[in-house]
Amino acid sequence: MTNIDFLSLTPFLILAIAPIIIMIVVSIYRDYEVVFGFSVLSFIAAIASIFFILPIVPHSITPLFIIDSYSLFFLGIIFISALLVTFLSYNYLKQLDGTREEYYIILFTSTLGAALLAVANHFILFFLGIETLTLSLYILIAFEKSKIRSIEAGTKYLVLASVSSAFLLFGMGLIYLTFGTMEFSAIVLAMSHLVKLPPMFIYGFGMMLVGIGFKLALVPFHIWTPDVYQGAPAPVSSYIATVSKGAVVAVFIRFFFNIKGFENSSIFMVISGIAILSMFVGNLLAIQQKNIKRLLAYSSIANMGYLIIILLTGSNNGIQSAIFYLITYFITTIGAFGVISLLSTKDFEAEKIEDFKGLSWKKPWIAAVFTLCLLSLAGIPITAGFIAKFYLILEGMKAGLLILIFSMIINSVIGLYYYLRIITTMFSSAEQTELPTISLLGKLTLAFITIGILILGVYPGWLIDFIAKYAML
Amino acid sequence: MILIYLIIILLAGAFLAWISGNRSQVWPRIISLVTLSVDLLLIIYLLQSASFSNKWLIDIQYNWIPQFGIGLHLALDGLSLLMLLLTFFLGIIAVLISWKEINAKVGFFHFNLLLILAGIVGVFLSLDLFLFYFFWELMLVPMYFLIGIWGHENRTKAAYKFFLYTQASGLLMFISILALYFVHGNSTGFYTFDYNQLLGTQMSSTTAMLIMSGFLAAFLVKLPVVPLHNWLPDAHSEAPTAGSLILAALLLKTGAYGLLRFVVPLFPKASVSFAPIGMALGVIGILYGAKLAFAQTDLKRLIAYTSVSHMGFVILGIFSFNELAYQGVVMQMIAHGISTGALFIIAGQLSERIHTRDISKMGGLWEKAPFMGAIGLIFSMASLGLPGLGNFIAELLILIGAFKANVLMSVLACMGLIAATLYSLRILQKVFFGKKNSDWKMNDLSIREKLVSVSLVIIIIGLGLFPRPVINIAKPALLKTLESHPEMTIDKDQHPKTYKL
Repeated sequence: MTNIDFLSLTPFLILAIAPIIIMIVVSIYRDYEVVFGFSVLSFIAAIASIFFILPIVPHSITPLFIIDSYSLFFLGIIFISALLVTFLSYNYLKQLDGTREEYYIILFTSTLGAALLAVANHFILFFLGIETLTLSLYILIAFEKSKIRSIEAGTKYLVLASVSSAFLLFGMGLIYLTFGTMEFSAIVLAMSHLVKLPPMFIYGFGMMLVGIGFKLALVPFHIWTPDVYQGAPAPVSSYIATVSKGAVVAVFIRFFFNIKGFENSSIFMVISGIAILSMFVGNLLAIQQKNIKRLLAYSSIANMGYLIIILLTGSNNGIQSAIFYLITYFITTIGAFGVISLLSTKDFEAEKIEDFKGLSWKKPWIAAVFTLCLLSLAGIPITAGFIAKFYLILEGMKAGLLILIFSMIINSVIGLYYYLRIITTMFSSAEQTELPTISLLGKLTLAFITIGILILGVYPGWLIDFIAKYAML
Repeated sequence: MILIYLIIILLAGAFLAWISGNRSQVWPRIISLVTLSVDLLLIIYLLQSASFSNKWLIDIQYNWIPQFGIGLHLALDGLSLLMLLLTFFLGIIAVLISWKEINAKVGFFHFNLLLILAGIVGVFLSLDLFLFYFFWELMLVPMYFLIGIWGHENRTKAAYKFFLYTQASGLLMFISILALYFVHGNSTGFYTFDYNQLLGTQMSSTTAMLIMSGFLAAFLVKLPVVPLHNWLPDAHSEAPTAGSLILAALLLKTGAYGLLRFVVPLFPKASVSFAPIGMALGVIGILYGAKLAFAQTDLKRLIAYTSVSHMGFVILGIFSFNELAYQGVVMQMIAHGISTGALFIIAGQLSERIHTRDISKMGGLWEKAPFMGAIGLIFSMASLGLPGLGNFIAELLILIGAFKANVLMSVLACMGLIAATLYSLRILQKVFFGKKNSDWKMNDLSIREKLVSVSLVIIIIGLGLFPRPVINIAKPALLKTLESHPEMTIDKDQHPKTYKL
């Protein structure tokens, strides 16, 4: 290994060493604040290290890793999201009984898994990353050991994720069988000699799609989503919705665009079908929810449906719009779950829509932030979500995906209905109930998210340029 | 820059009002009044110094999201200037009439009010289609709050209905905007949302028809036109008085403005082929709205349906494609804003005093409140089109214009005037005259309310007696709209190039 190899692996080393240090520290002296502070610093160090690697990209380390600006971009998104989730976890975890420090250890290992996905250029690393991520998520989901729902959610995720991993692995096996290689670029090379894709490859890809569909919670592989979102601690739900999905999207886009999946008509049809189903099923089921965590789960299904439209554009601009969409979706989702986490106490999870009744008169600023997040998810102007949807629609129309774009627009209206319902509830009058006071850290995080949503909604040009500059595949 | 300031002042005022609402009830009102007065003064200053020709009075353009060809392009001509004047004036009225009515969450109320007005101002000024859509959507959420939080009993349902109707139709317009963007970009290689560039885009008549229908969806829902009017009676009747005022007097006008500014110039041929349908929709609106207005017992619902009827004249005029009708349309936009706004204010004052909107429970209120009765009389007369008041000029011009374009439609639309007489007199009979149904205890108008009502009366009479200035201001803009028309031949010599007040 050369020095450059080492340098370019710094973020991964930080993420791998940090949990070990925490483990050692905790076994000697257990203190929640110390562990939290150390975690924050480590994430910041990981983010900072990206800037040091920037001059030396693109760089491959063994056939497994590819460190290019695209992967660095995703690393940045993943780390910043993880950091925000860490901030929002602080209070939520603090009030729990028993050991809480281990939460941050697992947060590191899962982020490590997610980060590996962003640099994967090989099925081995792809699978390693997904498994590291998923295994850590079981624990995070079931972290509140005293709550039966948390355990239930963890178990559900465990069983279904194992099945989906099996599918993924089997699919990779079939592709390996076809081409005799597991490296993305080698597969592309092997494919370039073929006039027609062999059926074995299509089967293999189909199997992989099942596995990936599960991770992204696309219909019909979405069954686990509402239960897990509901059962998991609120910060973990936001983590699943953002970091874990974002990492899978990163590797999937890389793989899909490498093999030019959009050129194959059957793959095209399948993805279109999944996208349309995800939008409609996600939104229509979201309407019926009374629990906000479940509602956001269904809304995330719909959002992933919108996002995978971009796979079919087959253009670099398409990828850029997908990344813009992903970033805004991350900010808003973390914001929305952040509000839920901050309003929850040890024995009370603020998750039913009626729990938010009259919130705007009890805690006007928190309600305003939540409203802004929901409006951004609905795609209303002056929020980031509006520009993101516009960008997606623009690229989709450019590529002539009219049916997909049209169903996306119909779904935007459906989506509006349930987001509005929450907002209406917040602004209706209600009896006095006690709500927890919100820590300064929580307030600052929410303020950061709010400013992010507004800036991206009103002045998005710089981010679009930034993405165009760095997020090239 | 002054155009950007107009919007920024409103936005700043909105946030200040919200923040100050935590401290006291009065500050948000004062801040809103000051904000709107400053804007009104700016516009009056512009009005005085301007001479109206077929060029834009002010035209500013900055980059906003250059990657997509989106610019911050705002421009002002006579038409938008008149609309802004109406917006700021009625904005002030809206703050004044809410002084006693709104007591809960005052700061947030004024935040929403000013945000809606900012959206409306943006709509009247935007010359970039993306920016236009941005402002178009910006109005919705605060309006939704205004209805949903401070409205009457069925406010939630009404607010939903309003939002979903306008949002769904707005998204259709958005698709059309994007389609136009791509059609223009593909043919010229230059992708832009700029209005001036998009004018005269070459496209086949089917494409033009399809793209235009998206725009029509948004504007005809807002206007509203009869099969798409379902949201209006609910929204108007459930909103608080200021909300009804803004909906009827300003929000509906954005639909008419959109037709004049975007649909007609962008799709000259397609809009001509749509004209017979458009005129028919207008006539249906006039008659059907009037019929329903006559059948209502809820006073606010009744007034809401008269809006449907009056807006029918607007669409009839727009699709007549001649100068007289267009002058009538502009007059109607202003006169209807004032007169219907005033009627809603009276309805609001009544329900503030006797806590009902049911006209079968009213009656004989003239004795109790003669001043209010007199105001009610004037605006009912305005609504039925009595000569000497603004609405008369407007409807007369539209009918004459429409007569040139289509005799049958014009004749049918005239029937609307009879129907208007019926429902207007019914308001007076049921509310102010007739037998007393119960012994209401009520005061006549307070000084603040008198001030509001009298200023509205002065304007509606002024419009009726001296319509010339308004027409002169709008004329160049209207002629420019009509010039783009294939079938239009305007006698150039007949019109001087510039107009003064």
